[in-house]
Amino acid sequence: MRQRITAFGFYLYLLSDAILFAGLFATFAVLHNSTNGGPTGHDLFSLKNAYIETALLLTSSLTCGMAMLACDGRNRFGALFMLGVTVLLGASFLNLELSEFSHLIADGAGPDRSAFLSSFFTLVSTHGLHVFAGLLWAIYIGVQLLRRGFSPAVMRRFFCFSLFWHVIDVVWIGVFTFVYLVGGRA
Amino acid sequence: MFGKLTWDAIPFDQPIVMGACSGVLIGILGVLALITYLKRWRWLWTEWLTTVDHKRVGVMYTLLALVMLLRGFSDAIMMRSQLALAHDGARGYLPPEHYDQVFSAHGTIMIFFMAMPFVVGLMNFVVPLQIGARDVAFPKLNAISFWLTAAGALLVNLSLGIGEFSRTGWLAYPPLSELAYSPGVGVDYYLWTLQISGVGTLLSGVNLLATILRMRAPGMKLTMMPVFTWTAFASNMLIVAAFPILTVTLAELLLDRYLGMHFFTNDGGGDPMMFINLIWSWGHPEVYILALPAFGIFSEVIATFSGKPLFGYRSMVIATMAICLLGFTTWLHHFFTMGSGANVNTFFGITTMIIAIPTGVKVFNWIFTMYGGRVKYTSPVLWTIGFIVTFTVGGMTGVLMAVPPADFVLHNSLFLIAHFHNVIIGSVVFACLAGLTYWFPKVWGFTLDERLGKAVFWFWFVGFYFAFMPLYVLGFMGMTRRMNHYDHPSWNIYLYVAAFGAFLILIGILLQIVQLVYSIWTRERRRDETGDPWNGRTLEWSTPSPPPMYNFPVLPIVTSVDAFWEQKRNRVSTEVQTFEEIEVPKNSPLGFFIAFFAVTGGFGMIWHIFWLGALSLAAIIALIAVFAWDEHDEYVLSPASVKAMQTNA
Repeated sequence: MRQRITAFGFYLYLLSDAILFAGLFATFAVLHNSTNGGPTGHDLFSLKNAYIETALLLTSSLTCGMAMLACDGRNRFGALFMLGVTVLLGASFLNLELSEFSHLIADGAGPDRSAFLSSFFTLVSTHGLHVFAGLLWAIYIGVQLLRRGFSPAVMRRFFCFSLFWHVIDVVWIGVFTFVYLVGGRA
Repeated sequence: MFGKLTWDAIPFDQPIVMGACSGVLIGILGVLALITYLKRWRWLWTEWLTTVDHKRVGVMYTLLALVMLLRGFSDAIMMRSQLALAHDGARGYLPPEHYDQVFSAHGTIMIFFMAMPFVVGLMNFVVPLQIGARDVAFPKLNAISFWLTAAGALLVNLSLGIGEFSRTGWLAYPPLSELAYSPGVGVDYYLWTLQISGVGTLLSGVNLLATILRMRAPGMKLTMMPVFTWTAFASNMLIVAAFPILTVTLAELLLDRYLGMHFFTNDGGGDPMMFINLIWSWGHPEVYILALPAFGIFSEVIATFSGKPLFGYRSMVIATMAICLLGFTTWLHHFFTMGSGANVNTFFGITTMIIAIPTGVKVFNWIFTMYGGRVKYTSPVLWTIGFIVTFTVGGMTGVLMAVPPADFVLHNSLFLIAHFHNVIIGSVVFACLAGLTYWFPKVWGFTLDERLGKAVFWFWFVGFYFAFMPLYVLGFMGMTRRMNHYDHPSWNIYLYVAAFGAFLILIGILLQIVQLVYSIWTRERRRDETGDPWNGRTLEWSTPSPPPMYNFPVLPIVTSVDAFWEQKRNRVSTEVQTFEEIEVPKNSPLGFFIAFFAVTGGFGMIWHIFWLGALSLAAIIALIAVFAWDEHDEYVLSPASVKAMQTNA
């Protein structure tokens, strides 16, 4: 009962999160040509980097799903292992994102360069912050799994975390499509 | 070390501000001293500050709203008296830089810290009782939501004595609110305050939505929910859908101001008009977030005191949901003059007028509910009738302004000010005060004094017309909003009348305090032992007043609309035969602690004390991690103790 209500409430929260991102996407759509004479998306974005990021994040969703399956089978080692892989993949995604950001800023294309770059950095780093929060959450759940095993509260959290992680993935597909593919056109 | 914070931040040279601050400080110290004298600190902590009971959280929301009503109203009466004085060469007593803060604070406080907590508080208290639930879906989260709202309220009031508040109006339009034109901390106070309380509101919306959709008593289909719960449902859907937009918009303005970004700046490719679009695509739904529950309160009141089922339940629900959807299609009518072109303006003019149709349906439903009923003219009914009249006038002036060419003349004039006060006071404030009287006996087990309650109504009602009808005229005469002083002798008389109206409302507010104090004083002879003082129709009246912490010893089984009325008609015994075990959530200080660090963090960010901001955020994350570790956040009441509590009640 409580598990189902919590999951339902968390769905509602995720819907609100989707609207948060919708707002950021809308801002990016309005401002993506306002480059203020500075670099455009085509000049800046490395599609290769974005492809690798996409691959990392999508794979992490897969491993997160496998961790859930291991939970269903009450396989603690499997769940922890898959959760660990998920965290590693998420962390390497963040690492790539941060290195992209630092290159852009070093090249004088920071968020204060133009409205386009403001909206780019805000949208992408809000997604990145979600990933970072997800990593902290996953580590917390991992520690609890290790100490407590499959208690109802841990399972409730695990389920919500996996929802969260998949939604972040869906948002990233939007970022990849609209920011890097559409926004990076010549 | 302390960022921009120096001793100069405290305006020692401004007697009005310092007087207000010392008044507030003396008040707070007085309350603290009283608690200490009565040795009530432990009681306060265990019964209130750490409570997760939806009823007590609701009461705290309402109390916050009443206190903020006093704050927001003192801003209002300062504006009205300033404008009654500052003409024909006189400058009044509020210099422009102070006056601008007064009207900005008035709007911000009245919407975010008076109307919102009042409405959310009533929903919190009433909705679980109306749907036969034992609590909200997430009790601890509910307390966190309240405390975040309270944290925002504290921050906004800190700006009175430390630094300044925003001078940019209640929505802080850029480019004026950008760093280039508002370099002080005022806009930062505004932004951080709303971000913190906005998170609270969003979480409360998620919570109530999950409660309504997942916690209804057995048998209660959606089509059997009381109308107030329906309106709460619509309102919380709007909260979940609209508040993230506010968060995004204000975050972008924050990034402009803190990191030199260019979302809404004049330079760098920024687009200030995007802010206006974004903020109103939250702002217009916000109107219905407040107004829909108000409609729900009037529906409950009018059905109860007419002794009849609500006329047209089904059409009321359809109208509510229609307004909920249409509320997202009208935002552009707030800025017809911005230049979106004739076609766009026409579209939004028409959608705006369409909203008048479901609203009209509701008005007729209320009137037809009274028709043929035995209406008892209690003070909640007076508020309702006052609302029907006032709101209809306000609605018509709204339809007038929905015509874009007319709006080009009236935009930002006092006509607009009169219009939105006409609808907001007419619906939300009247409804909240009606709801306060209506549900007060459920909360405390005794009724409020009716004679004083009626006096409160008449002072508010008459005062409202004196205060705002002249503003319609002034709008037609060309007086714009946010004006500090003027030289236009023909306006004087109208502003005198408006100030007189504000003083009538002041008497109404003071009488409200007298009513509360007097009713508490004489509570022994106004006890309600039945739990059902008004011969109510919905489930909240089927439990004792005040309700036990688990609300219902046995969950009611619902078979129709007006479930309690049906029980009474069929003479279903409410005597409980067998008691069951009930799980109750434990108290938790988490909300209070989070709010503490939200205040320090917000304060740090406002004053550019970034280490304090970072430390506070880390503290909040650590708190959540520590509190989430404890899985035993519920305890079980045995059937015997439920029985004992039930017989004591």
